[in-house]
Amino acid sequence: MNSREIPVLQADKISKSFSGQRILNRVSVNLKRGEIKVLIGPSGGGKSTLLQCINCLVLPDEGSISLAGAEVDLRNKKSLYQLRQQVGMIFQDFNLFDHLNALDNITIALRKVKKISRTAAEQRARLELEQVGLGDKTDLYPAQLSGGQKQRVAIARALAMDPQVLLLDEPTSALDPELIGEVIAVIRSLAGKGMTMLMATHQISLISTLADEILFMEAGVIVEQGAPSQLLVPGCGSKSAGFCDRLSELADGECRC
Amino acid sequence: MHAQLNAVIDAFPYLLFGAVNTALIVLTAMGIGLVIGVVVAVGLVYGPGWLKLLLSAYLWFFRGVPILALLFLFYFGLFSYLNIQINALAAVAVVLGCTTGAYQANIFRGAIMSLPRGQFRAASALGMSDAAAIRSIILPQALRISIPAWSNEYSIILKDSALAFVIGAPEIMARAQFVASRTYQHLPLYLAAGLLYFLLTWAGVSALRKLEHKVRIPGYSGEEQT
Repeated sequence: MNSREIPVLQADKISKSFSGQRILNRVSVNLKRGEIKVLIGPSGGGKSTLLQCINCLVLPDEGSISLAGAEVDLRNKKSLYQLRQQVGMIFQDFNLFDHLNALDNITIALRKVKKISRTAAEQRARLELEQVGLGDKTDLYPAQLSGGQKQRVAIARALAMDPQVLLLDEPTSALDPELIGEVIAVIRSLAGKGMTMLMATHQISLISTLADEILFMEAGVIVEQGAPSQLLVPGCGSKSAGFCDRLSELADGECRC
Repeated sequence: MHAQLNAVIDAFPYLLFGAVNTALIVLTAMGIGLVIGVVVAVGLVYGPGWLKLLLSAYLWFFRGVPILALLFLFYFGLFSYLNIQINALAAVAVVLGCTTGAYQANIFRGAIMSLPRGQFRAASALGMSDAAAIRSIILPQALRISIPAWSNEYSIILKDSALAFVIGAPEIMARAQFVASRTYQHLPLYLAAGLLYFLLTWAGVSALRKLEHKVRIPGYSGEEQT
């Protein structure tokens, strides 16, 4: 079988409840290598929970996750650790390690997880920081960086682990409008390099220009699924189009990115 | 006045040696307490339910019983019951260590819980094991936050160590009392004892202040303060 046809990531019929309330209801997502899918929809629809279930930061109640065709044993901690090494995660609020400078935020996992030597780890970290345009900020601590810079360090940190897939949970939502552009530029360049991504976002420009497919989530279910060229056609009456129209109206007042 | 001064001068080397013993007791106790405190705090935050129950029983016991009672209980009771040969200094260090361990556990637990949850989550997301995340991400931050409270704990334990004199450990208080009862120079001798405690407090607290300054995270508020 051609390995290109096996999805890099398969999340199959994922369900999750919190204190009796069903947040995800048998949601399935597949990502082929190089594919970019975007999750949209109202808050509380389950986008964030889905992303966290996919790399098991939140353990799904039901369903299965497969990486490159191999199903992950969700009850074995070691296999979860391995899954997470290969599935990078970008958070809305960055979550840089506050006690480490930009360089060590990246080297720490290389050293502790991949057991790479300090010198090699630092070399790799410098490279990744340069890729996101922060080659001169290696010694700064998170509290000394702007929001946009923090998110770029977070992206560099995830990329240094050589993930197969990158999950992005509203990567620009906590940023001031004037800082969104620099993060979007980095995400675009990742897309240009063929990174496989699943991204929850409200950023209209990312949705319409980067997505191979839009997944519209509502009440724990994917209710619409399709290419932007189908779903975002003006007047086609899709939920996605309506949602994006409302987003652009909001965005028009603030910035054009 | 002359006689009083002489009494203190004569007794000073003897008292100073007592101060060395006090320092040894307190450093050992704080060291034991640090190890116990970190382990118990991690267990209390991340451990399974049965472990949490066990550890809170430990906390309740050592926070609920007076140190004086603990000293008698361990030195005259438990250690002799178990036939453990232990000198008074070591016994005091162990008892104070277990006690401060309980208090330090609560200090560290509070510090761990005050960290944003995203720190642990981000470490997990990079494939770190829970143990690695706690070691490399959570504890380095939690311990930094704990230094001011830990310095309080040091000054409290230092003064609690005076209780050691009841089981005959040759520390500052025991020695001052011993000399005073022979020379009848109570006032100057207890003043000297008080001064020694004060100096030990000052030395420890300022060393911890320096440490706090040295390991502070750049860019955080509080940087401007001394």
